[in-house]
Amino acid sequence: MTFEPKIVGILCNWCSYTGADLAGTSRIKYSPNVRVVRVMCSGRVDPTFILKAFADGADGVLVAGCHPGDCHYIEGNYKTIRRMALFKRMLKDYGIEPERFRLEWVSAGEGDRWAAVVNKITEDVRKLGPTKIKPAARKKVAFSAA
Amino acid sequence: MAKLRLASYWAAACGGCDVAILDTHEKILDIAAAADIVLWPIATDFKYADVEAMPDGHIDVTLFHGAVRNSENEHLAKLLRAKTKVMVAFGSCAHLGGIPGLANLYDRSQIFKRVYHETPSTVNPENNEPQVKTVVPEGELTIPEMYDTVKPLNKVVDVDYYLPGCPPTPKQIWNVVQAIVSGQLPPKGSIVGASEKTQCDECARKKNDKKITAFQRIATAQPDPDACLLEQGFMCMGPATRGGCDSRCMISNFGCRGCYGPAPGVVDQGAKALCSIASVIEAKDEAEIERITAEIPDVLRTFNQFAIPSSLIVRKVL
Repeated sequence: MTFEPKIVGILCNWCSYTGADLAGTSRIKYSPNVRVVRVMCSGRVDPTFILKAFADGADGVLVAGCHPGDCHYIEGNYKTIRRMALFKRMLKDYGIEPERFRLEWVSAGEGDRWAAVVNKITEDVRKLGPTKIKPAARKKVAFSAA
Repeated sequence: MAKLRLASYWAAACGGCDVAILDTHEKILDIAAAADIVLWPIATDFKYADVEAMPDGHIDVTLFHGAVRNSENEHLAKLLRAKTKVMVAFGSCAHLGGIPGLANLYDRSQIFKRVYHETPSTVNPENNEPQVKTVVPEGELTIPEMYDTVKPLNKVVDVDYYLPGCPPTPKQIWNVVQAIVSGQLPPKGSIVGASEKTQCDECARKKNDKKITAFQRIATAQPDPDACLLEQGFMCMGPATRGGCDSRCMISNFGCRGCYGPAPGVVDQGAKALCSIASVIEAKDEAEIERITAEIPDVLRTFNQFAIPSSLIVRKVL
């Protein structure tokens, strides 16, 4: 059986989720590997969510938001840039390959770009293979938004 | 009332928790008046065999310091759990993994290679490494087996209470001892000897808008003693750390290191601290953000100094 990567996508409501919707209504064909979670803004994405996805067995995580300057909440995605710049280094310290995590900007009109982003991370993660985080190294926690 | 039977044990710990108990000063005499000490390796001469000979549930309270890192730690954790009514994970290492938990960024073979072969002060021409069993003319010698992964106490045995801190403050130790002696203990699984607020909530420094334009290091800059350390660019884990230590580090003009563990509601202390501190960096341009954050030399160990073994991902992928 071929390995199909399980990728968690965390998408902002205003741009990227709508962009993914456009990819669907435009009948663009792309990899079905991303499971989408909708948040109101990429600035809502706490790095805890990403670690939680990896701890629960995700092979990759994709965070997508509005292009810088286009945030529905004016500055939310600047917070995302700052957090993810540091968080990428934390993932590296954990020994998680950088290709398993991507931060991308996808606008509401970029259905084709959404498809390309999903295809790219899916192929990158497929090359890496399944997550190398052993089950014993993952902590299971019940999670309420905190 | 009969005297309590009290044990204090160190597993993978530095001994600082025991010193913190002694730092209750003359109150240690009150502790001795209220409790018979049945095991305290740093101060008394009871043997493991004495503990093994006790009936189950014989000890009223065990203050267990230190993480579980080798077979001796695990054996004593299980033994003391069986013999003890109330098991307290005492200090950051038993609570979260603590400083020894940083070893989870390596495994045993890497640590042995570094310690027994690579360190400049090591002379080891025969390339010896510790062996669990060694045969000598007099018989077989054994030492505990070191594990690849450091664990907090609750990964090995059932824990009744957690008393955080590296080490817990003597004042909080005394509060908890009084609660134990008077039988006024909260529900099982509670964190005792700490507050329900964050460090920032309790810190007396003046706080304004947080805008970090450069990270500073205590080795090269002198912080203003009255203003928020984060606002001055000094690393401080206050936003994600549980309070209750009376702001010990901030009073000493040093940023919180996070030893009291995740604040209430925080799932992963390192990720949450990174989240709150990164968001107040005063830059919008990626290159500028990279330039500012490059001042932080070691991200995981800076933001998660005490809690890697109890985080969402408990060790480095090797």
